[in-house]
Amino acid sequence: MADFNAITLQLKGIRKAYNVGLPAGTEVMHGLDLTIERGEFVALIGPSGSGKSTLLNLIGLLDKPTAGELLITGQPTTQLQDRELTLLRAKSIGFVFQFHNLLPEFTALENVMLPLLAARGRPDEAMRLRAAELIEQVGLTDVGKHMSNDLSGGQQQRVAIARALVMQPALVLADEPTGNLDTKAADNVFDLLRRVNEASDTSFLIVTHDPRLAQRCDRIIELVDGRIDSDKANRVSSP
Amino acid sequence: MNSAMPFEWILAIRFMRQARMQTLLIMAGVALGVSVIVFISALISGLQTNLFKRTLDFQAQIIILPPKEVSRPLHQAEDGAMLATLVQPRAQRLQSVDQWQTVLAQVAKMDGVSVVAPVVAGAGFIVRGEANKAVGLTGIEPETYLQLIALNSKIIAGTANITGTDMLVGLDLAKDLGVWTGDKLNLQTASGGTATLSIRGIFDYGNSGMNSRSVYIALRTAQSLLDLAGGVTSVEVNLDAPFTAETVAQTIQAQTGLKVDSWIATNAQFFSALEAQSMSNTVIRFFVGLTAALGIASVLVVSVVQKSKAIGILRATGTSRQQILRLFLLQGALTGLIGSLLGAFVGWLFLIAWRNIAINADGTQLFPITFDPMLFVYAAVGATLVGILAALFPALQAARLDPAVAIRG
Repeated sequence: MADFNAITLQLKGIRKAYNVGLPAGTEVMHGLDLTIERGEFVALIGPSGSGKSTLLNLIGLLDKPTAGELLITGQPTTQLQDRELTLLRAKSIGFVFQFHNLLPEFTALENVMLPLLAARGRPDEAMRLRAAELIEQVGLTDVGKHMSNDLSGGQQQRVAIARALVMQPALVLADEPTGNLDTKAADNVFDLLRRVNEASDTSFLIVTHDPRLAQRCDRIIELVDGRIDSDKANRVSSP
Repeated sequence: MNSAMPFEWILAIRFMRQARMQTLLIMAGVALGVSVIVFISALISGLQTNLFKRTLDFQAQIIILPPKEVSRPLHQAEDGAMLATLVQPRAQRLQSVDQWQTVLAQVAKMDGVSVVAPVVAGAGFIVRGEANKAVGLTGIEPETYLQLIALNSKIIAGTANITGTDMLVGLDLAKDLGVWTGDKLNLQTASGGTATLSIRGIFDYGNSGMNSRSVYIALRTAQSLLDLAGGVTSVEVNLDAPFTAETVAQTIQAQTGLKVDSWIATNAQFFSALEAQSMSNTVIRFFVGLTAALGIASVLVVSVVQKSKAIGILRATGTSRQQILRLFLLQGALTGLIGSLLGAFVGWLFLIAWRNIAINADGTQLFPITFDPMLFVYAAVGATLVGILAALFPALQAARLDPAVAIRG
């Protein structure tokens, strides 16, 4: 480990159990080890119930592991309090969900601004410029002022990607970001993720059911029953 | 987005605007409650001011009387013997306040005393032809007494400035006897005094008992009629601050050794009535406040459930628990504040309507309602606090929401 910061994410023996100590207690994550380096573009696949969402929540600091250590850009996280987790999450991790990504009370541009606003407390001009820049980057300059509910599914996911990037995170977590879209829109959104990844040092971890899209990632991790079943590099076919 | 506004305010206002129907209904509920409070408070305080004024229009705030005469048995039991005695209380004869000029001068010098007036009161008969009426005589010095009692404003004919052989009679007595200003009446007292007095003025207290039994005559005439040469039966006092009457009365009593009554002690019933009104007002306020709080809380509880996905997303994108907590407390506060401002306005409209509806047959107000602008401020501050308290439980619920669960929905 020559360059400490070259490691975006590191999981060491991560376990997750529900209802610990109760008869109904079950372990769903059985000692996962995983490292994602800076700028990697990783697909996470696996059947339903294999623990993909649980893993994503753990990595996104929305949930705490029962055992093991989780490091984000080298920083251990399991001992952190809620306030510190919130700060680290805001600074280092961007989320793209499958559904209901945006707040319907706000315009596309304002949705992109929200993480900055939460961090700084009051809106300012720099924030607006930064959000507009990202809206442009995801190709939505024309609809930036529209309420987020008025956008198509594909447009909404693009806004969500812009929002995920607004804090310049080390890692973007995407939970089936194209699961809700038709093939063409899905391709566009995926292309966007890829382009952003190539233009920056941000790592991406993308949960997908779509083998076609998984094949376009640098690395494919398959999760089965809370264990990593396979983890292999993937030669990306020309896009 | 308004640059002057903090994050939580922007979110709170957007959330409330988006759930328009919910927001409008709960604000209307709060507004209605506040309007009832404003209206009833103004009504009761108007009523109390009016009652208070009416009570003090007719009586002095402090009355200094001679001490009651008591029977003192003179015999004493011999050593070792017991003596049973039946002592009959003495009948109270008309008696002058001892050294009343000195008392009057002394009391007039006290702090907070506005008027001191000597009064001679006794019983008499008015005789005219075959009619004779028992009346209460009050001998007064108009220059002091008219400042003490609002008699001047009750005069409907003639004048209240009486001297020598003038008298003032009530409207009912004048009608019963068929007399009016300028007419003469014969007055007799039990001590044998008689005088023929001429009516200078007719008063109307709006109370037929007082109108048919009260007669005012000049102080000196009363002294001679009641056989009390140079004496007065009471010294009556008004203060700048009526509610200090009891303490001032006790001070005077301690200094003079005379019997001193304050209007507060002699009108205990009046005060218990005021107390009961204030109490019912408080009860109404409490329950209206409680109802508004429950309304706000229930709307916010529903809102937390409706917004759980949004809360999850906000938490995932770097919003802290404290920010979520403030977001919902703020919605409660804003609902209370805006609702109360609307309510204060509606309550004010009620009051204006009441002014126009509740009037006497002659077009004057039944009783004047006072607008205290501070009442609106209190209502706004109170409702805002109620809103924050009501929002506490839903806000904690929202802040504790597990973002992972909320997003999955």
